[in-house]
Amino acid sequence: MSDLPKKAKVVVIGAGIVGNSIVYHLAKLGWEDMVLIDKGPLPNPGGSTGHASNFLFLATHAKEFAELTLDSVKLYKELGVYTECGGIEVARTEARMEEFRRLMGSAKKWGVEAYYVTPEEVKELVPFIDEETILGGLYQPGVGVVDSLQAGTLMREYGEEKGVLTSHPNVEVMDIETEDGAIKAVITDKGRIETEYVVIAAGVWSPRLAKMAGATIPLTPQVHQMISVGPIDILAETDGELGYPIVRDMDTFMYERQSGSDMEVGSYAHRAILVHPDDIPSNEEAEMSPTELPFTEDDFEQQFEDSLELMPDILGDETAGIRHAINGLLSLTPDGYPLIGETPEVKKLWSVAAIWIKEGPGTGRLVAEWMTHGEPEIDCHHSDISRFSNYARGEYHSNERTAEAFIKTYGIVHPREQWISNRNVRVSPYYAMQQELGAVFFETAGWERPQWYASNEKLLAEFGDKVMDRPNEWDSRWWSPIINAEHLAMRERVGMVDLTALSIFDIKGKGAADYMQKMAMAQMKVKVGRGVYTPILSYKGGFKSDLTILRMGKDHYRVITGGSDGPRDMKWFSDHLPSDDSVYMVDMTSGLSTIGVWGPKARELMQSLTKTDMSNEAFRYGWWQNLRIDGVEVLAFRISYVGELGWEIYVPMEYALGIGKKIWEAGQAFGIVPVGIGVYGSTGRLEKGYRLMSAELDADYSPVEAGLSRPKVKRADFIGKEGYMQARKEGPTAVLCTLTVEDHTSKSGEKRYLQGGEPILTLDGEIIVDAKGRRSYATSAGDGPSLGKQIILAYLPLAYAKIDEKLYVEYMGESYPVTVRSIDSTPIFDPTNERMK
Amino acid sequence: MEILVCIKRVPVTAAKVTLTADEQAIDAKYLSFAPGPHEECAVEEAVQIIEKHGGKSTALTLGTEDAIEQLRYAASIGIDDLILLETDSDWPPMPTAKAIADAVQEQGQPFDLLLFGNESANTGGYQVGIRVAHALGLPVVTGVKKLEFADGKATAHRQTASGWELYEVPLPAVFTIKEGINVPRYPSIPRKLKAKRKPIQRIVPGKGDVGLEKVRLTVPDVEASDVNILGHGADAAPKVVELLKELGLV
Amino acid sequence: MTILTVIEHDQGVIEPLTFGMLTAARELASDADVPLHAVLIGADVEELADGLGEYGVEAVYLMEDDALEAFAPNAWAACVLTAMDEDEVTAVVGLGSEMSNEIMAHVAARADLPLATNCIAIQPEEDEAWAVTRLRWGGTLHEEAKLYGEPKLLTIFALGIEPEEESVDVEVIDVEPALEEADLMVRVVSRIKPEQTGISLTDAPVVVSGGRGVGSSEGFAILDELAALLNGAVGCSRVVTNNGWRPHSEQIGQTGVRVAPELYIACGISGATQHMSGCSGAKHLLSINKDEQAAIFTKSDTAVVGDLHVVLPAIIAEMKKN
Repeated sequence: MSDLPKKAKVVVIGAGIVGNSIVYHLAKLGWEDMVLIDKGPLPNPGGSTGHASNFLFLATHAKEFAELTLDSVKLYKELGVYTECGGIEVARTEARMEEFRRLMGSAKKWGVEAYYVTPEEVKELVPFIDEETILGGLYQPGVGVVDSLQAGTLMREYGEEKGVLTSHPNVEVMDIETEDGAIKAVITDKGRIETEYVVIAAGVWSPRLAKMAGATIPLTPQVHQMISVGPIDILAETDGELGYPIVRDMDTFMYERQSGSDMEVGSYAHRAILVHPDDIPSNEEAEMSPTELPFTEDDFEQQFEDSLELMPDILGDETAGIRHAINGLLSLTPDGYPLIGETPEVKKLWSVAAIWIKEGPGTGRLVAEWMTHGEPEIDCHHSDISRFSNYARGEYHSNERTAEAFIKTYGIVHPREQWISNRNVRVSPYYAMQQELGAVFFETAGWERPQWYASNEKLLAEFGDKVMDRPNEWDSRWWSPIINAEHLAMRERVGMVDLTALSIFDIKGKGAADYMQKMAMAQMKVKVGRGVYTPILSYKGGFKSDLTILRMGKDHYRVITGGSDGPRDMKWFSDHLPSDDSVYMVDMTSGLSTIGVWGPKARELMQSLTKTDMSNEAFRYGWWQNLRIDGVEVLAFRISYVGELGWEIYVPMEYALGIGKKIWEAGQAFGIVPVGIGVYGSTGRLEKGYRLMSAELDADYSPVEAGLSRPKVKRADFIGKEGYMQARKEGPTAVLCTLTVEDHTSKSGEKRYLQGGEPILTLDGEIIVDAKGRRSYATSAGDGPSLGKQIILAYLPLAYAKIDEKLYVEYMGESYPVTVRSIDSTPIFDPTNERMK
Repeated sequence: MEILVCIKRVPVTAAKVTLTADEQAIDAKYLSFAPGPHEECAVEEAVQIIEKHGGKSTALTLGTEDAIEQLRYAASIGIDDLILLETDSDWPPMPTAKAIADAVQEQGQPFDLLLFGNESANTGGYQVGIRVAHALGLPVVTGVKKLEFADGKATAHRQTASGWELYEVPLPAVFTIKEGINVPRYPSIPRKLKAKRKPIQRIVPGKGDVGLEKVRLTVPDVEASDVNILGHGADAAPKVVELLKELGLV
Repeated sequence: MTILTVIEHDQGVIEPLTFGMLTAARELASDADVPLHAVLIGADVEELADGLGEYGVEAVYLMEDDALEAFAPNAWAACVLTAMDEDEVTAVVGLGSEMSNEIMAHVAARADLPLATNCIAIQPEEDEAWAVTRLRWGGTLHEEAKLYGEPKLLTIFALGIEPEEESVDVEVIDVEPALEEADLMVRVVSRIKPEQTGISLTDAPVVVSGGRGVGSSEGFAILDELAALLNGAVGCSRVVTNNGWRPHSEQIGQTGVRVAPELYIACGISGATQHMSGCSGAKHLLSINKDEQAAIFTKSDTAVVGDLHVVLPAIIAEMKKN
């Protein structure tokens, strides 16, 4: 143990699994002068790693989690701390059995070995289970247990032995100094360390540390209860080894995991118990450890009963006592994803928080790569800490959402499921109007957006069978056939869509044009009045974002991006502003409201409102113009994400309601329908094969593979150009294709409808994997009411990317026939875009 | 055999003790509660005696509603009946003993054995068991680390610096128990569940003379930590031996 | 008015801490300008009386009875009550020990008076209540309290009080203890000598004590070896007894044995208050712990940072080398 250095390249705060992984991977990538500090002792400083149950289940729905877990398993195995014992998730309800069928699809999708097991088979694997209590299970032989403290020690020692790291336990951070918005130094109780980077890997304490630097890490510490029951003879006989698979009793939100001669019984079933980061005791004040708070038995009452029911022989044994019981603290986030990346508030201040044991080493690697190369190998859009808007960085939102989220830890969460807490945070000017129309609101980035309108129910009769109603409850949950009716009405007449949730920011200054050239893949030196859709690439040429940019003037651009993409995109753009103040950025999101008007009658409708010539010749596609509606100047941009003729109308907020009403009233003569995001975000775009960021587009596939490369590459340099050129040269390994589902009928005769995320199989029932190991699955799936079929977007290896190729999609354990309809960006609906003219 | 075991709810202290702002109690924000270690052993002893000799056991505590947690603990070890002498605060020894004795008399003093902890973990008064014994006119042996029964008599062993003292007393009698008499079991899940469903007899006792009135608590000043680190690991051995020589121990 | 003290002895051997108690009680008496008296109880204890004069005891009520041959706490209490009747007593002061606390509790119960045990400061007040400071939590906390009742009953925690001599002539007053059968009902009927395997924990000049960090009962072998080399005894923390690694008789702490050796070597002990109250009387505290921030380091005189299973063998080797 050496004295605390005065200077360092990077100070990593927190010596749990995360901090240790980061220094390990930074060391591997050649970093030097690293300092790892923790306010607790080593090897167990008293954070959540110290009391973790340390088991890793592999099958999960979300891609980022799946990739990070699989990567972590690999690293744990390399370190020699992974003990494979298998794991079984058991179901007590039919709903859970159905969830297992869905999970099996995800397991296939990410390459995780899994088997359905009957109650009798579960009994064979775990003889002390009462098989009468369960309906079946999903067995994953690769599930294992790790020694996370040992893993941390080994990783830390690697850096120390390499001479690039010193570790300092019992050093508490008192302050973090910044200068010009960037990290300057860490002040500890043992001295000041001047440093270029700070990485906060301090789990439940992270919000406190971030606050010292003027940044936010929005997580909420919550209690997870665990008891340890023993001694149990049958477990003692396995001699300290893990003799039985870990059991997750999903419907009671509990797990049972052997630990020596004891059975650890953990629960995610109890009420949400939130603990403020300031209310976590010190090592000295704590009875056990700072993150092992006194067990509150009343919260565990039902769990005693439930665990006893599942394992009566061993847990009902009078001689097996509850030898240890804790309220263990862990970190929960408002949306369930980790908090990774440089904080948007402070440069070179990195957050790596809300990581579980199962993602620890993989996340460490990811962050080390990100810090070194500017981007990680694994795409982590969902986990990027810069994803949050204003309101979501606050404690209130985190507390409200994590309180709601706790029970979802082992819950069955529908992919479209909406949050109940902290709603109505951001509403558009048309909110009251939409309420009157019976809007069913879905939330994105705090915005309330109509997903569909109950007032459109009358359209169901009009379109009859074409609305593709869904008989299955799961398929139709958080969904309505009205969406499809709105879609059809829009395609027949004209629809009005509220797009106020879009994020908008302006780029201005005399360097704006050169700067935009650097940022965007598409040509930015276009005529004033043009609007250009363009990918934004990462350094290596993967997708950072895709968005639309209007050239407003010689030195003025307007960037329009998705509501939830906004904060992340703004950080990316802001990070690359030239240091000479020649370009600046203005967030316009709160200043502008957007209404989309689309459909065959859109032109007539708009022409009835303005004197500006709206004809195809005078107002061309991909151009914008200012025009007046009853004297109020608004910006109209001729574009479409739904494949119809029409405009996005940008209106200053205070005029928005008035303009909106005028369009609505004028639209009555043209049969206008209010259209929800169900159409805009799903059916409309899928029929046109339009890609969606974070679904089709992420860093794992190149623009060439996504079908978004252009015939020519602009001469000017831009971020990711080299990678993009390389990808063009190499050609695609897989390409994004559009498929249609040919038959929805399940074995039981019920029509089933995909939700997105389903694995694509060959006619032999094999999962399709490309040469780079990437598996084919539905990046999006949804209805194409105008085609009368469901549509799937999926990357397929070239061998399968052939028009009319027949394949299968697996949904809830059954295969459905699909056909490849498009192997590039050519839409399968209106391929020549006649309707948009 | 009918056994009464009296327990007290106390916080489980950590390495550092912090007081509440009013200096009336330990700040238990981060702490759990348990009966004192002696009392945990008294509960275990009661259960073991019943297991061996048959009969019925009752646990009693004086305290606030929160102390039900400790009664439930006793039940989860195997105690049959639970009595809460409900007060709004901790009471000093005199009124506590009076309340317990009154309660026992109200039950008609059915107990063959009344077990207490030798002294409470928090207040260390060393007297409630003895006071109750006098109030009920029963013999009392304190500091008991072994208890045996034969012919309606109990033999109690207690440990002193000079060895073991043995006492023989007729029953009914009071014993104050010391840790070490047994190793308390951990409650099993079935017992926990049974304990949850046990009814609790609540009695609101009258408060007699206080006698000893707490004004405030203080944390004694500990001399500033001036520890001399002799060294790290095996390298420190010569310095340790030097110290032993200095102290005249080698 | 007098201050009456209770002399604690075990079969004729005065508990040494009694002299510390007498020193404190004498201060109380001289502050109040009243004489210091004592009550001496037993079958044949007269010869102990003279020595009490060295600690300022002016009168000793000698209560001898053959029935007191075997220790009977309630009979001792009866004797104290008798002595209290002999004089106008301001306060009855006993030693804050297991034995005297017990006797004084009997006195308090029989006289229906409050009792403050383990006092470390006593401030007589003009009004009815005295201000006392007493130990709680085995000394981890102090309680400032008001003690009511007349006379005052209290015991003094004497560990750490240096006995000061102040010779006076002792008047020995023989008093017939009026013992009843009930007073003698609970008495020692027999004694068992401890299995003498070595020096006792309380007598040992060195105590080598192990905590959770020792890891197992086998892990104690190295502590046994060091203790033997130092003519010391082995102790342990509560975790250790709870885990069944060592017998409870070796447990140091609030609910175990309290020791005050020349040197206390704490190995792998974190420093919980439960434990510290049992070893705070040590003249020198050496702790050996892997964790430099362990609470025990702040309470130690010297420390070695390291794994006890590495450090102890090295110390033993070094000792053997010398």
